[in-house]
Amino acid sequence: MQEAKNLKEYREKIHGTLENDFLRSTLDNFAVAYRAGRAKAFAGMDEKALINEIAAAKDDSISRMDQLFDEFKTKAEQIGIKVHLAHTAHEANEIIAKIAAQNDCQKIVKSKSMTAEETHLNHHLEKEGLKVTETDLGEWIIQLRHEGPTHMVMPAIHLSRYQVADLFTDVTKQKQESEIEKLVKVARRELRQRYVEADMGISGANFAIADTASLGIVTNEGNARLVTTLPRVHVAMVGLDKLTPNLHDALRMLQVLPRNATGQTITSYVSWITGPSECQSAEDGQKQMHIVFLDNGRRALAKDDTFSEVLRCVRCGACANVCPVYRMLGGHDYGHVYIGAIGLILTYFFHGREYAKNLVQNCINCQACKEVCAAGIDLPSMIKEIHAQILDEEGHPASSTMLAKVLRNRKLFHGLLRSARYAQRPVTGGTPYLRHLPQMFAKDHNFRALPAIAKKPFRDQWEDIKPTEAKTRYKVALFSGCVQDFVYPEQLKAAVDVIAGHGVELDYPMDQSCCGLPVQMMGEKQAAKDVAMQNITAMDPSEYDYILTLCASCASHLKHNYPKLLKNESAISQVKVEQFADRVISFSSFIHDVLELDESEFKKQGKKTTYHAPCHLCRGMGVTEAPREMISRSGLDFAPADEEQTCCGFGGTYSSKFPQLSREILNKKLDDFKKTGAEQLVTECPGCVMQLRGGVDKRGDSIEVLHIAEALAKQKL
Amino acid sequence: MTKKEKMVQTFREKAEAVSAVVSDVTTMNEAYEYAANLCAKKEACQLLISGCEAPLSPDAEDLCQLKEMQKIMAAPGMKKKDINALSKVCKEYEVSLIDKGLRHHLAGIDIGFTVCDYGIADTGTLVLNSSNEELRLATMISEIHVAVLPLSKLQATSYDLEKEMGKWMNKPPNYTAFITGASRTADIERVLALGVHGPLELHILLLEDSNARS
Repeated sequence: MQEAKNLKEYREKIHGTLENDFLRSTLDNFAVAYRAGRAKAFAGMDEKALINEIAAAKDDSISRMDQLFDEFKTKAEQIGIKVHLAHTAHEANEIIAKIAAQNDCQKIVKSKSMTAEETHLNHHLEKEGLKVTETDLGEWIIQLRHEGPTHMVMPAIHLSRYQVADLFTDVTKQKQESEIEKLVKVARRELRQRYVEADMGISGANFAIADTASLGIVTNEGNARLVTTLPRVHVAMVGLDKLTPNLHDALRMLQVLPRNATGQTITSYVSWITGPSECQSAEDGQKQMHIVFLDNGRRALAKDDTFSEVLRCVRCGACANVCPVYRMLGGHDYGHVYIGAIGLILTYFFHGREYAKNLVQNCINCQACKEVCAAGIDLPSMIKEIHAQILDEEGHPASSTMLAKVLRNRKLFHGLLRSARYAQRPVTGGTPYLRHLPQMFAKDHNFRALPAIAKKPFRDQWEDIKPTEAKTRYKVALFSGCVQDFVYPEQLKAAVDVIAGHGVELDYPMDQSCCGLPVQMMGEKQAAKDVAMQNITAMDPSEYDYILTLCASCASHLKHNYPKLLKNESAISQVKVEQFADRVISFSSFIHDVLELDESEFKKQGKKTTYHAPCHLCRGMGVTEAPREMISRSGLDFAPADEEQTCCGFGGTYSSKFPQLSREILNKKLDDFKKTGAEQLVTECPGCVMQLRGGVDKRGDSIEVLHIAEALAKQKL
Repeated sequence: MTKKEKMVQTFREKAEAVSAVVSDVTTMNEAYEYAANLCAKKEACQLLISGCEAPLSPDAEDLCQLKEMQKIMAAPGMKKKDINALSKVCKEYEVSLIDKGLRHHLAGIDIGFTVCDYGIADTGTLVLNSSNEELRLATMISEIHVAVLPLSKLQATSYDLEKEMGKWMNKPPNYTAFITGASRTADIERVLALGVHGPLELHILLLEDSNARS
């Protein structure tokens, strides 16, 4: 449960967490095992189509939340269920405490419910003098430790068997061994007693089916079955977002939920409860059943154009499972109650700005969560939107306002970059890196060598190197992005060499500027819009067949974020932005799919080469095979690395905001590349080159880091 | 391989993948023999792998003490003539059979014996309309759940059951369970452990009934 007051305090907390070796190795193993398990569970299925169907069905349910609630309520009351609607978290807790009081319930057994975590239900009930026992093993463990969950599906993933054995020794007042099988049986036998004496059972629900007033509950341990069966009163706490029109929709979600959560085709148990069943421990032999629907902002959210899609979430936890930042930190530093990417977002809505303001800055924007989301939520975009919203509410910090101002004025921005070249002289020591950083930066940033500004930016070299083609097939605008223009112009030159001789008329429109992603990452939405308009004006898309960029981050920002950023602009701008986005292409796709360069252009042999897939290329642009194929075609000896598609830890401005995390993520990657024994490492994004090359230089690793264009240019005959 | 045979094969593979023990039977009597024999072989009041030796808190220990040392099988919700037949077999194996009053045995029973309403091949799932509380408890508090699945009731996917489940849900109260493998957890260090709250083992007996052969 992250509660740091400011970014400084949050960074200090993170620093401590990074030193927890047990947590680090547990989460590392989990990250790798999860991916394999998930892939196996989805084998042979059209995963994307299924996710799209779920997203559409969820959107439909969200758009008629009130109507589904009315339908559910009417049906439920006909069959003897008492339905309550709680507008706030506090109201939900009070309703449940009142049900306990009215029915003279003292002892409560509870199965897992994130919604009850959201409202801090246990805390409320305990204050009312009720005895509440969590029965999900992980939840029971963290309840005994007075902690919040560190994962939505595996709440106690941060603890070792030894810690659990100590805890169980305390609970039973008997010495317990640390063997997991035995600990599980101790929990089984201890908790069985709690079920027997309980007079109320509280559960959550994964589905609330409107047309029959049925609840669907998905579990593995079987505790929810006992919770909903043994005690004479059953109370289910259900978020309004769980309403679904019919069984079919629930069965469809059930196809994805367990696969995405734990890599299971289905969980051990799925219980479908319709109305109060027979209950022999009740005086009249009939169970009393209550459903408390929780609003807590959901109805307002459902009506919001931008944010309603966050209500699609099915709470599978996959967004945490694939997140490189979660992998370093675990849930106590990566969420308040809700965890992972969705947690960063929901914290703002359910627990407020104070808890969300640090968390939303800790997204590296690698898109891994978006790729696996069971309901197709664009999580990274939502996180940026909330960051922007918080800045608008709290005021923009001077640093980001300054950057926004500078980027809006291309001439000022480029002028500053040029003068930086002179300012950096004392710290480069004659190398292409910034050596001897001033002390204030050195402490956290010295995990990688930072590159120096190039002698002559690409834009100043263009007139001299501009190729001429006798016969042209394609007219292509080159979008350089600032890093390649001012730091790595040689990468662009290499690309020009590779492309030469294939009938491509290349143009470099001089009025282009930064793509705007850095300001969007900092929550400066207006500046991001302004810069986008400048670039679209700088290169009229109707004049070109393609807009080519060698920077994966620029490419995916131009292609996917521009249309979103400018969706409320004039009709003409909309047409332009769509044309623009449509023409954006990555370097490897261009030479592989369009120019179809083959082996005949390249040497037959080359260095042993490994590859890093930039996040914004493999997920952002959906390009995975073209660069790998081109490495092989160019005669290089391709040696793939483990976790090729995992983020390198750069994330643009992220790496300067959270340098410690960036360093740890980078080190993990460099270890994987080292294992391949490759002499060179290629990638397709200057940001990744900057991060990886800087890390290699600092560690003294022998691998050479190149942009794929450079590696191919060297192989060209 | 016919479509039906393929479906049975898928069911078997999926169920075994989640540690269910799957066997074939040709008659109900064979199923009774299987369950009674399993019960007789099993140690009474013995939580498999780790036994009852771990010390508990006094309250939990008291509940555990209530468990009878005699072997108990529960088979609620069966027809009179079926329960009589099962009872005969249980007697031979010195197993006591109950079909109600399961709340008096919450510390645990040895075997829960049930006949399933449906099976779902693509996930290896058993479907039990367990609105009857005794029946539901038998599948929860038993250490071993033995479930008979008539092959005529096997469906390819959960969607194929939508209509039937819809009928049940429209006749409330209803409590329908999907059961796939034994009760499991990976909450401590992500290590899989079976039998955290429900059965430690699930045995599925595939019954060749006439419809299946046609």
